[in-house]
Amino acid sequence: MEIRRHEGELAELKDDRVFTWPNLVVKEFLAAILVTIGILFYSFYVDAPLSELADPAHAENPAKAPWYFAGLQEQLVYFDPWYAGVVLPSLIVVGLILLPYLDNNPKGNGYFTFRERKFAIVVFLSGYVFWYLLVYVGTVLRGPYWTFFWPWQEWTHSFPAPAPLHNLPLPLGIALLVGFYTVGLAFPLFIKNGSFFSNLGIIRYAITMGLLLTMIGTAGKILLRLAFNIKYIIATPWINI
Amino acid sequence: MKIPDLKKKLPDLKKKLMVSVNEIWRTVFRHGFKDTPRNRALIIISNVWLHLHPTQVREHGTKIRFTWCMGGITFFVFLFELVTGILLMYYYTPDVNKAYADIADLMYVVPYGRLLRNTHRWGAHAMVITVSIHMLRVFLSGSYKAPRQFNWVIGVLLLLLTFLLSFTGYLLPWDQLGYWAITVGMNMGRATPFLGYEGPFANLLGMTINNDIRFALIGGTTIGAPALLRAYVWHCVAIPLIAAALMMIHFWRIRKDGGISGRL
Repeated sequence: MEIRRHEGELAELKDDRVFTWPNLVVKEFLAAILVTIGILFYSFYVDAPLSELADPAHAENPAKAPWYFAGLQEQLVYFDPWYAGVVLPSLIVVGLILLPYLDNNPKGNGYFTFRERKFAIVVFLSGYVFWYLLVYVGTVLRGPYWTFFWPWQEWTHSFPAPAPLHNLPLPLGIALLVGFYTVGLAFPLFIKNGSFFSNLGIIRYAITMGLLLTMIGTAGKILLRLAFNIKYIIATPWINI
Repeated sequence: MKIPDLKKKLPDLKKKLMVSVNEIWRTVFRHGFKDTPRNRALIIISNVWLHLHPTQVREHGTKIRFTWCMGGITFFVFLFELVTGILLMYYYTPDVNKAYADIADLMYVVPYGRLLRNTHRWGAHAMVITVSIHMLRVFLSGSYKAPRQFNWVIGVLLLLLTFLLSFTGYLLPWDQLGYWAITVGMNMGRATPFLGYEGPFANLLGMTINNDIRFALIGGTTIGAPALLRAYVWHCVAIPLIAAALMMIHFWRIRKDGGISGRL
């Protein structure tokens, strides 16, 4: 190491390196102290919630999951629990785990850039914002019986009955779902001479597009529900989507 | 002894004292006081806590505007939760007849108990927020790219464990808020395809209310005493141990994958 030879004098360091002590350690200690002060101050003025003793006979209305899971609970409005509570979060975790293996763009490694990796950043940020938007709606805007209230509205139990929901006819639903994934998978082949496909290769392409289309479809179903009161796109005795 | 004699001996005494102080210092710290490059390096590598770091880092890695400091803060909040959590354990019994009263005691009777519980609770929320901002930073700076792909995977698992730590802690006060929140969460479990008794294709594996995945998680058909005990053990022992193991890998891999990410 350089420093051993230059004992007692200022060492010449390779590239842009600086000594961890004190340059980095000082900032870490400072951050730790500030965070401690922040938590202590907040805790001094705001009490952690503690409601009445748990009573299995009296359900809370609304019964809400902790805020970081409220987005999934919000999805229960639009999907059956098997999707909202199990498959969707599993897909998110799997997608996140696969992300570094799917994104084979060598640019933007280790520095902030939007220009060099527009697709990755747009997709990730959309998912990130989507998640926190649902968290916000589920935590703040849902009242008794999971009814929607704007922040300026008071929570009441006397709200108009929600509009009746209906399902798409089965053939139409299947056609819509198959069509959505087919068109979605084929669409990028026709822009920029299909470079998106050739850069990724068929396996990365299939997984990336499958996950992306599922994310878009999840948002799409929410829009279908809000705009046309569609409950299920596909309703069968075994599974509903 | 006469005063002039003492005056003569004093510098000598001072020197001897400094020698022994120095000897004692040397048994604790393997480096001197002087601010030399050698000592700056030794401070890091001769200290079990600090040797997590390399002796030198690339300058941009010390900049808050690059790292946002969120990974480090998340780790610190984890340690903070560990300390406050252990203190809370002295007062808390995971028993449906005692849990709520223990928390009420903490809030109204135990000296500083309210502050202790508040800090643990808000610290938990802070950790969920900081870990998710850390993930955002790592994504936006492309720090998951080669050769750091696997460390991102470990990071995703740690994010998941942070959620689960917070979630299992939610039930422990045994109040209406936690009870129904966990009920909501666990009712999703019974809708798991194949493995939950109300999920699609549950009958293929013969799932019923008392043998499916939800039953395994809460140790019963409703949230009761076994669920509380399970949440407690997951929260206080199992998940922190798993998270600690993954954190060891996470931090070690930062070093092994070439240190803080940056332009090559």
